[in-house]
Amino acid sequence: MEFTEKHVMGLKDLLYKMADDLLILGHRNSEWTGLGPILEEDIAFSSMAQDKMGQSLALYEILHELGESDPDTVAFTRNDHQFHCSQLVELPIGEYDFSLVRHFFYDHADAIRFDMLADTVVEPLQMVAKKFRGEIKYHTMHANTWLKQLAQGSEEARLRMQSAINETFPFALGMFEPSEYEAELIEAGIFQGEEALKNQWLETVVPLLESYGYTVPDASTVTPIFGGRKGVHTEYLQPLLDEMTEVFRIDPAAEW
Amino acid sequence: MYGNAYIENNGKELNSLTANEDPIKLAEFEARIAAGEKIEPHDWMPAEYRKQLVRMIEQHAHSEIIGALPEGTWITRAPGFRRKMALMAKVQDETGHGQLLYNAAETLGKSREDMTNDLITGKSKYSNVFNYPAKTWADSAVIAWLIDAGAIVNQLANSKGSYGPYCRALERICAEESFHLKYGHDNVVFLATGTPKQREMVQDALNRWWEPIMHFFGPSDKMSVHTETLMKWKVKMASNDDMRQTFLDMYVPKIWDLGLTLPDPNLRKNDETGKWEYTEPNWEVFKQVINGNGPCNKERLAVRRKAEENGRWVRQALLNKNAKYVAPLS
Repeated sequence: MEFTEKHVMGLKDLLYKMADDLLILGHRNSEWTGLGPILEEDIAFSSMAQDKMGQSLALYEILHELGESDPDTVAFTRNDHQFHCSQLVELPIGEYDFSLVRHFFYDHADAIRFDMLADTVVEPLQMVAKKFRGEIKYHTMHANTWLKQLAQGSEEARLRMQSAINETFPFALGMFEPSEYEAELIEAGIFQGEEALKNQWLETVVPLLESYGYTVPDASTVTPIFGGRKGVHTEYLQPLLDEMTEVFRIDPAAEW
Repeated sequence: MYGNAYIENNGKELNSLTANEDPIKLAEFEARIAAGEKIEPHDWMPAEYRKQLVRMIEQHAHSEIIGALPEGTWITRAPGFRRKMALMAKVQDETGHGQLLYNAAETLGKSREDMTNDLITGKSKYSNVFNYPAKTWADSAVIAWLIDAGAIVNQLANSKGSYGPYCRALERICAEESFHLKYGHDNVVFLATGTPKQREMVQDALNRWWEPIMHFFGPSDKMSVHTETLMKWKVKMASNDDMRQTFLDMYVPKIWDLGLTLPDPNLRKNDETGKWEYTEPNWEVFKQVINGNGPCNKERLAVRRKAEENGRWVRQALLNKNAKYVAPLS
């Protein structure tokens, strides 16, 4: 079908939120460099950060082909209100329990999202989605391993992880904040929509967590923390952006 | 990346320590090394050889881990996707080198936990250069180019040493460091040929880093401790001054080619001797920094200590004998 202006707007919105999520979470994951609980985890988080950064770049490039500014300008010159990332990804790394739980929730959602997008009618997006699936497989494998291991490791670990799950869950549901263009995206075969994504995500993460021995809050009674997709953010995003763009802003026209 | 090990024993002490070794085994051991053979973990070795290698490999491993801190602070501020992704990969490599080296040192009988404890209590040393601050983005570029270049000079020499596990780790490390060098050089070239502000940043960084870089290879041979036995055992492969000369010969012309200057009016190559002449860096400062009084010693160890404390619950959970090991691929 021929895309209307609304279809294109919906596609751009979808690309922006995915790319912004990946950029900000990649940035956060990279903050573990040199600080992980064991060297091997430092290295693992850095690998995942690099994948996320590369994935966000590929999505910003698709946006650039659709007429948006180049990836560096888009990533390094917007303020927090112009970002469409979920509030989940902008939260500080906190302790390892929170970072692992965020990683688990986010990467399962991402894996399903890119599975869905492997069938999108938008060809460049379909191509990158197929490529990313191969990378994300290792991210979810890493998250599952740790959530399972820590559930049985010690009472302290299990309690820490359980409380991180409880506290993170409303933010995780916030990832599925619907856009203005859900109907258009579904109708045009661009994306199956946030509601379908959320349902598949719940069908994946809830049984996994329960099988590890955790309890999961009831999604139907939890109020999701929305706002991120519409440019409403926590107090943590703008300082992150200030830091990220500190050198770039010295001279945005310079080549670095 | 790494500088020369700070070998503390003098020749007299070494001789007295080898005096207790079985002379036949010692002669066989030295003959194997002279013939170019590698010593492997289960082979006989003099106690002093083991001790010096543990010290050296451990210092090297700590340098990789602490070295990730000054550069790591620039990952979150790197300008643009290209630099951000490259710096992430580079610092990740350094951490990976730490892992490889701790594994190599463990083959000599000291556990990673013991090495980590000795690092955070200040008992073990690491390369002095990491006790200086990386103040600007240009510092991270200068570190990636010139400190890594210095490390390659040192590590290439040591990769021809006698202890098999260390040599094999170093070969792999050098291959990765050569990419860091390209990254660092490219980064410095962009700054040196960029806007006046960029050029000023890189010149300023170079001015501040020159003395730590000159210190990097260790004290001058004239004042350095006697290392004959360690050279014979191929624990130490090149003298500090020889490595410094190699470095100057390879990199000073490249720095000058970029129109950058170095803060030493006496720095020149003597065409007759073929050697570089320079103002001797202040070795009193070097000693002060080794002994914990550099600009960032306390900060670096505090960061490392906090990371160890914060991660303790994770490591303890992994030690539960009743927990089933989770195979990631199942």
